[in-house]
Amino acid sequence: MKKIIKYILIDILKNRIIIAYTALLFIVSLSLFMLEDNPSKAVLGLLNITLIIVPLISIIFCTIYLYNSSEFIELLVAQPIKRTKLLFGIYLGLIGSLLLATTVGLGIPVLLYDPGPTGMTLLMTAGALSIVFASLALLSAVITRDKAKGIGLALLLWFYFSFIYDGLVLLILFQFADYPMETAMIALSALNPIDLGRILLLLQLDISAMMGFTGALFRDFFGSNLGLLFASLVMVVWMVIPSFIAIRKFKNKDL
Amino acid sequence: MENNCTIMFKFLIITIGYMLLLNCPSAYARTFTVQPGQSIKAIIEQAHDGDLIRVLAGTYKEKGIVIDKSIVLMGIGNPVLDGEKKYEVISITAHNVVIEGFTIINSGYSSMNELAAIRIINASGVGIRNNKLLNNFFGIYCQHASKAYIANNTISSNGISELESGNGIHGWKSDSLVIYNNNISGHRDGIYFEFVTHTLIMKNNSHKNIRYGLHFMFSNDDTYLDNIFNNNGSGVAVMHSRRVIMLNNEFRENWGSASFGILLKDISDSHAEGNLYYKNTVAIYMEGSSRTLIRRNRFSNNGYAIRIQASCDDNTIEKNNFSGNSFDIATNGSLVLNTFNGNFWDKYEGYDLNRNKIGDVPYRPLSVYAMIVERNATAMMLFRSPVVGLLEKAEKVMPGLTPENLKDEYPLMKPLPL
Amino acid sequence: MIIATNVNKQFGKLRVLNDISVNCNKSQTIALIGPNGSGKTTFIKCLLGMVIPDSGFITVNEKNIARDCQYREHIGYMPQISRFPDNMTIEQVIDMVKDIRGKKSGLDMELVEAFGLPALYKKKMRTLSGGTRQKVSACLAFIFDPAILILDEPTAGLDPISSEVLKEKIMKEKSRGKLTLVTSHVLSDLDDLVTEIIYLQDGSLKLHSSVANLRKDTGEEKLNKVIAKIMREQVK
Repeated sequence: MKKIIKYILIDILKNRIIIAYTALLFIVSLSLFMLEDNPSKAVLGLLNITLIIVPLISIIFCTIYLYNSSEFIELLVAQPIKRTKLLFGIYLGLIGSLLLATTVGLGIPVLLYDPGPTGMTLLMTAGALSIVFASLALLSAVITRDKAKGIGLALLLWFYFSFIYDGLVLLILFQFADYPMETAMIALSALNPIDLGRILLLLQLDISAMMGFTGALFRDFFGSNLGLLFASLVMVVWMVIPSFIAIRKFKNKDL
Repeated sequence: MENNCTIMFKFLIITIGYMLLLNCPSAYARTFTVQPGQSIKAIIEQAHDGDLIRVLAGTYKEKGIVIDKSIVLMGIGNPVLDGEKKYEVISITAHNVVIEGFTIINSGYSSMNELAAIRIINASGVGIRNNKLLNNFFGIYCQHASKAYIANNTISSNGISELESGNGIHGWKSDSLVIYNNNISGHRDGIYFEFVTHTLIMKNNSHKNIRYGLHFMFSNDDTYLDNIFNNNGSGVAVMHSRRVIMLNNEFRENWGSASFGILLKDISDSHAEGNLYYKNTVAIYMEGSSRTLIRRNRFSNNGYAIRIQASCDDNTIEKNNFSGNSFDIATNGSLVLNTFNGNFWDKYEGYDLNRNKIGDVPYRPLSVYAMIVERNATAMMLFRSPVVGLLEKAEKVMPGLTPENLKDEYPLMKPLPL
Repeated sequence: MIIATNVNKQFGKLRVLNDISVNCNKSQTIALIGPNGSGKTTFIKCLLGMVIPDSGFITVNEKNIARDCQYREHIGYMPQISRFPDNMTIEQVIDMVKDIRGKKSGLDMELVEAFGLPALYKKKMRTLSGGTRQKVSACLAFIFDPAILILDEPTAGLDPISSEVLKEKIMKEKSRGKLTLVTSHVLSDLDDLVTEIIYLQDGSLKLHSSVANLRKDTGEEKLNKVIAKIMREQVK
């Protein structure tokens, strides 16, 4: 499996899209830090990049990469190697390269300008979302045979988690405005990794007080160690479950 | 400015008055000196009005000193008066008493009596200067006091809970006090007034108090100048008062889940100008307030700049700078009886074609998301979600949810030089 | 070496393989022929474990291949279409497969040399023509000296010279006792190679016979004529 990761990394790190993505992250975050005199404001700007661009690039890039490699993957399947190992290796290779891109693109500016816990949370969130959306990409590439359909599904997933889901939450909130919804909200936030990442980051950015002003439970929960543990756990579940399903499906897939 | 001058003038007159009173000992005045081991109480018994008692450095445990004569009690080299956590340290019942240069520690704690380091009872013209009040239940307690001058004191305690700590400076049914340049921290409320009128509070720093940096009720005609209130549990709360003037104060970093820079509840005919509100969860929370002018203040980096409830009317908010606040204005209803005029809003996206430095289209400072949150607190979960951004944009293009007349007709293109 | 018994495969409602049973042995060169969509590629993929049969079983070297992957070290596979990761060089692709197979010595570099690939080793895959990629693919099948060679339309994208080179290689390997399975529709290309013919139509095995026998039965000398005759008979 290590060998697979190694060669996938060799390939992806020379990939123009990944290089452009890294450069984009780097330039945008550096210029944000340089334009804003207050680093925490810049982090707020980076928040949007982390929550929208990182998942989008992760899921689209991984899906396209997997489709473009389908013939090569077939060739590798015909070699004496377990399918699960093969796909897992490819997945890890993809994750590795995405993490490298975010570490270089976001990490270096953050470390230079705001190396505190806020910056670290930003990096962690960006990393976690990269992995989660690579995992979702793996799933959509494995369950759809057609390239166009697969990419469509990936885009749809991204759009769902970025926009549709929050719209639905808003709708639910209005529908059940008369009921206590705080616990339900915590559950709902766990069902969307982007929301989860955003909340964690905002709590770090001291917006916690504002959240508390309206819903103390929210802050008490996510602000505590237990909440942090819960959030990290849910994130890990988001990383593991889609890729696990994908790998299982791939095991018995007819290529 | 007019206001400013009158206040300064008033302040000057009062100060000079006190100086005349205090610093010209009468012809018959005598001077006593107390050394460690001697009893201050015993010396006070021997003294007459107008005498000076010098207390030399050392620790005195007097089980409660009552000053019932118009004397000056002066600490030389910071003598310590220890209340041993049992007693009220000094009670002043005579006029024109001066306490100066002491370190007063460990007043008693009682859930029945509000024991203080220094208490003024039914006295006028008392001066309390240059003292250090440490670890007391209440710091300075003014009860039916008049024309007291409390200045240059450091008042701090290490209170943990609201119940078990008292206020730094506590005023009850008093008038014409001057509270100047005190540093108050770690008490329940830094400064607490109930029925205190015609009082000047100036250049004090009230910080890290458990509840409010400043808290007053039913206290009319008071003036607050150049004070700094920062990092208090819940900021500043002022209620049920009229004709309050607050100028050039700083409200900083009152950042907590139920904090505000200042809470104005049932305040009327008041005036807030030149204040700085920085990093408060809510800079100004207004409820049931009327005819109050808020102008030339700076609101920066707050969660909410102003939460103005529908119960407020006839207030004017003009020529302020709003920058870096998450929400500029929030309100709980659709009724708007207040005026917003000529402010600078950093979120304003309009244009100025005729170059008169005033935006050509009105600005609506109320975000639709702030309204949603107001109605449904849990919606805070979607804070900074892209969907919320879309919603705001849609509302900007086609206003439908936000109150029609909550707008600034003359938004400034550039911040005011404040 | 390869025994397939009652292999069935269905894609949705389409029955792609219908009760296929064949037996392939050492030193045979088998042409797997049939019209488009007859199930040739699916059958090959079953042998390689890329498609999992619904029922029936396949053994390679007397070992059931279901849920196994190790048997594939005896197989060299050249797919119909070859695409490789864009940014890898030829050398890296070969190294990668070497690494996966865990075989670094005893390599058969004959075909690599014959195709002149070492000169192109540092070239990235995305810069290569379809024919060159086919060559890389062919080399990957032969390089590990496997006992079984499965070649899916091997000469399709190759120029005549390379095609000839490949044919010679197949001949040589046959003489060394290897089993070669080839699908192709351009039969004349393979005339002189093939010893057996498996004919599939609509997923069913219509014919499995040695070329010698066929020639005798049909009385035709040319292989494509033989096939044409069989096809016509099948249609009847």
